[in-house]
Amino acid sequence: MSVAAAITDLEQLKGHPAVARLLEWNPASVVGVKFDRDEMTIYVDRSNLREACALLRDDAACAFNFLSDITCVDWYPAEPRFEVIYHLLSISKKERVRLKVRLDSSSLAIESLTPLWAGANYFEREVFDLFGIRFTGHPYLRRLLMPEDWEGHPLRKDYPVEGYR
Amino acid sequence: MILNMGPQHPSTHGVLRVLLEIDGETVVRIMPDIGFLHTGIEKTCEAKFYQQVVPLTDRIDYLCPLTNNLCYALAVEKLLGLEIPPKAQWMRVLMNELTRINSHLVWLGTHALDIGAMTVFLYCFREREEILKLFEAISGQRMMTSYFRVGGVALEPPLGFFDRVREFVGRFPEKVDEYENLLTGNPIWMMRTQGVARMTAEDAIALGASGPTLRGSGVDFDLRRDMPYSSYEKFKFKVPVAQEGDVFARYMCRVRELRESNEIVKQALDGMPEGAIKADAPGIVLPDREKMKTQMEALIYHFKIITEGFAVPAGEVYQAVESPRGEMGYYIVSDGTAKPYRVHMRAACLANLQTLPKMCEGGLIADVVAAIGSIDIVLGEIDR
Repeated sequence: MSVAAAITDLEQLKGHPAVARLLEWNPASVVGVKFDRDEMTIYVDRSNLREACALLRDDAACAFNFLSDITCVDWYPAEPRFEVIYHLLSISKKERVRLKVRLDSSSLAIESLTPLWAGANYFEREVFDLFGIRFTGHPYLRRLLMPEDWEGHPLRKDYPVEGYR
Repeated sequence: MILNMGPQHPSTHGVLRVLLEIDGETVVRIMPDIGFLHTGIEKTCEAKFYQQVVPLTDRIDYLCPLTNNLCYALAVEKLLGLEIPPKAQWMRVLMNELTRINSHLVWLGTHALDIGAMTVFLYCFREREEILKLFEAISGQRMMTSYFRVGGVALEPPLGFFDRVREFVGRFPEKVDEYENLLTGNPIWMMRTQGVARMTAEDAIALGASGPTLRGSGVDFDLRRDMPYSSYEKFKFKVPVAQEGDVFARYMCRVRELRESNEIVKQALDGMPEGAIKADAPGIVLPDREKMKTQMEALIYHFKIITEGFAVPAGEVYQAVESPRGEMGYYIVSDGTAKPYRVHMRAACLANLQTLPKMCEGGLIADVVAAIGSIDIVLGEIDR
């Protein structure tokens, strides 16, 4: 039972096709990388997210054509507080990659991926509902799981597990 | 005209409300409304020890609890870097495929019932009952089994269990023939399903569809074969794919999967390795009852696991498995303590439900029922 240490050095992970492609396009788009437990994570700059995803989707060497999942983690009270997490899958290459965008609690908005994958719709609505992150350009950003008139965002860490009574 | 279908409509398999904008019999716009069964399972997980989350995963999807157990256990084991003994892996494959058969049987029965073929429902539940009895024999529970634990499986199978499974898989293919006799060539069934609720492969991928919903549109992708886990790479099976993208194609995919799953169960029975069913990891895996009563050390471990849980090294993993409905994924973040910092379930049904407008708009109201049945939704999984 042992876990190898995570690699976070950009130099060592340059060879990964997704990292290489993003660096070639715009070095500023890659904020950081992590290779841990055989899973690749790329920290992407917030303003480049949609273009980066389009690039990874359409590039022949990457071909991350399937958006598996969008979710979020709240690191309250640390800043930047939120991490929005995108899991991409390449059906032809049978590879996965995780993209992460860090969000400061002062500006909780990020580009919507619905123009690239129509399936991002529900995932983004869920994150909006449970974390309160706004996705700009989303066609129908309303609560998905909680009632329309619910106050607060239940999956935030400062929201009690029992709810407010 | 706006028509409200559900939330208590019998064909919605749970509590799904669908808003239909119709022009005569034609559906102009369709909008699913979900959230009626939201219980905040992801939030609850954050307040539990890692081992206490296992029973919660059962309750996401009442038709394939073992698939959820498996996905969660694999994710935590990946976080821990735990090696699982071969017998436990094969037991997992065996039980997982029985679960797939169980889930597909409920789907087939209710889907046919929705479209008006009642007999199939009774036939399917006859076989499903036998599988539930097998689950009860091995775990003590018919549905909420919690049989896969972090580090292996909960219990040794009881005496004669494998013989009972072997007997079941021996006669199951004939039963599938029976269902197919009732449906596959039946002109009424074909008229209700062929060419209905079509979806192209591009749309299916863009909408995040997975499982038979994706394969019914001609995309040949199955996580068991393409990104194997729990020693699936050692099994030989075909992945059924259909090109048409209609209700009938998805039906054919699932019915063929019934036969393939049956073959996998047979292979698992034939090649079942000997050995331990739990990983050798004191402090993470509960000790045997017998040892606990005779050895001081085992008693201490038992006490510590129950009262304090076990710490998991900090990190994050995303583990996906092929559930009967598609890609079931668990994303777990650990901060190094005994409770998960974040557990997120990627529900296959949530993404699959988004295909509904694509399938139904421009079609007839009666076909909405067929379309909902063909994507095999479980609302518990969608709402979590």
